[in-house]
Amino acid sequence: MSGMNTVIRVENLSKQYRLGKVGVGTLVEDFQRLWHKMRGKEDPTLALAEKNDRSTVGESNFVWALRDINFEVGRGEVLGIIGKNGAGKSTLLKILSRVTEPTTGSIKIKGKVASLLEVGTGFHPDLSGRENIFLNGAVLGMTRAEIKSKFDEIVDFSGVERYIDTPVKRYSSGMKVRLGFAVAAHLEPEILIVDEVLAVGDAEFQRKCLGKMKNVAGHGRTVLFVSHNIFAMRSLCSRALLIDSGTIVSDGGADEVANEYIAATRLIGDDQHAFQWETGGDFSDGRYVRARVETGDELITIDSGIKVRVTVDMKEIDALDPVAVVIHLVNEEDVIVFSTSNLQYNAVLLEAGSNELTCGIPAHLLNSGTYRIRIAAVKAGRQIYRQDDVLSFTVNEKSEPGIANYNRRSGIVRPRLEWSAKRPV
Amino acid sequence: MKDNDESWDIEVTARQSLFSFRFSEVWRYRDLLVLFVKRDFAAIYKQTLLGPLWFFIQPMLTAITMTVVFGRIAGLDTAGYPKIVFYLSGITAWTYFSECLIKTSSTFVANQSLFGKVYFPRIIVPLSVVVSNVFRFGIQLLMLFGLIIYYNIAGIRIVPNEYLLLFPVLLVLMAALGLGFGMFLSSLTTKYRDLQFLITFGVSLLMYLSPVIFPLTAVKDPFWRDVLIANPMTSIIETFRYAVLGGQGEFTLWLPLAYTTGFTIVLFMGSLFMFNRVQRSFMDTV
Repeated sequence: MSGMNTVIRVENLSKQYRLGKVGVGTLVEDFQRLWHKMRGKEDPTLALAEKNDRSTVGESNFVWALRDINFEVGRGEVLGIIGKNGAGKSTLLKILSRVTEPTTGSIKIKGKVASLLEVGTGFHPDLSGRENIFLNGAVLGMTRAEIKSKFDEIVDFSGVERYIDTPVKRYSSGMKVRLGFAVAAHLEPEILIVDEVLAVGDAEFQRKCLGKMKNVAGHGRTVLFVSHNIFAMRSLCSRALLIDSGTIVSDGGADEVANEYIAATRLIGDDQHAFQWETGGDFSDGRYVRARVETGDELITIDSGIKVRVTVDMKEIDALDPVAVVIHLVNEEDVIVFSTSNLQYNAVLLEAGSNELTCGIPAHLLNSGTYRIRIAAVKAGRQIYRQDDVLSFTVNEKSEPGIANYNRRSGIVRPRLEWSAKRPV
Repeated sequence: MKDNDESWDIEVTARQSLFSFRFSEVWRYRDLLVLFVKRDFAAIYKQTLLGPLWFFIQPMLTAITMTVVFGRIAGLDTAGYPKIVFYLSGITAWTYFSECLIKTSSTFVANQSLFGKVYFPRIIVPLSVVVSNVFRFGIQLLMLFGLIIYYNIAGIRIVPNEYLLLFPVLLVLMAALGLGFGMFLSSLTTKYRDLQFLITFGVSLLMYLSPVIFPLTAVKDPFWRDVLIANPMTSIIETFRYAVLGGQGEFTLWLPLAYTTGFTIVLFMGSLFMFNRVQRSFMDTV
């Protein structure tokens, strides 16, 4: 991907952030920096920075949000950037959108860029929808003439014709999002940079947005799509970057990178990555929960069933308020397919010491698709622990010869039910 | 069509040349500037009954207050001009400068949510403030001229003289001064907010050290006269008044005006440089 088709080139990009408060200390650092700069030496704070790991307390106040990022994007490519929260995706996006500058390194871009980090940027509540279309469009880099020529289309796409001369502050939040996305959808940049704006709005609207983005990508324009939703990314992108702790861990086909991300996410459940109860109080120390999938295979046919095993270490047990371990199964549309707990039906109680809870999801229940598991622990009606996306797996239809291969049935589940027919004799 | 590999449209590097200001980019975003000006106008007087009438009422009330307090009660000299015209002319010019300064000084802090989400040349925001204030200034000038016409009808001759030709220069100087101070302060307040508390105080101090309330001729002590002239707004207000109210006697302000021009150029270039530096990374510290 070099030569004349490269439209974005990122070289040795790093970004350092300072943690903590602004105070006298920062003023001292500013003077140190200025003093070193005046003598032509390197900024001393750069050497102090360390790897950005949220969960451990570092020794330095400086962290690298991004460290030595290098990649190129070719014309017409649809590149997904995935990673956990805090991995550095948003920082990369901010630098590419020129909202902030890198600490070291460079980015080079060819062509007109529009970046969409938010829907409806710059809306003024007192102005009407009509006035805000112009304002928002201009903020995103359109000229007045361009907006004018697309005005009717924008209004049409947004579906808020009736309120177009009403101040935006009277709009519902959904209407605002619609109007904002309608403007953004009619930008015609050569390079489109999109953050997880799709996370807002209802499912129908998200589909509309995804459709529009596919459309943009289909017209030979370059799209950079940042997300931690691997499902949206998989369906949109041809190539993906996986970012972790500020560095690129993997760069390749969207499917392979997505699988790697799933595998990396699964690591959370490994013994060495055990995590603590999230809230303080009487659950604060020494109580861990671990989760692991029994099958070990990400691709499961619908007739194989799944076992989920959760390990919980308890120091002591309160017989009056037993701890409930709750599992949510979440599908691609973020719908909770079911919620189950060890206290439901035949209560399985936790004991002091190590507990290994196993939960079996029956075969022939789930529809084809990708699922994530969310684990929570509840005590006395209070959520004391929660971890989203502890693991993920894909359910595939087993194709049988001679039977039409339905990719996916309608409906959330596809249980095997008993059918029978009675024929009059 | 063969693209040259090195012909990048946008290049962002950690270290850019000290003064990398792209005028062409600002020009490309001119529509945004116009829309920001419109937004300012529409937004300020939405949900007010009197609307744009406030443009007239505000300076008029200030001029009346000054006439009563400084003119009548304290009995300060107004260089032979009718008191209300004297004060109104001073306030009109001063308001333009101070509004530009105060509004632009909060550029980064007030627009952080917008600046954090989308890139456009940040200077568009302070420029739009200066432009929308020109309209306000124009409206207030009309009121001043209305008052002058009224006095002429009432038999008190006030005739603007040929120094009115300097008006465009004065306008540019005031705009550049307000913008210069404002950009300088906005760049400093992104990380340390302490200055914010001093701005209103500083601006009113600067007003008392300018000939808004009393004419420069009333200051006899040469030291204080120099202090007043050191204020770059002094020569602008004096010249403005001399031109609009048809000042008598010789025009003695060429030297102070030259000083103000030099001061403005240095301040403006310096603050443009600072603003340009800060805009690239202020999101990390604001």
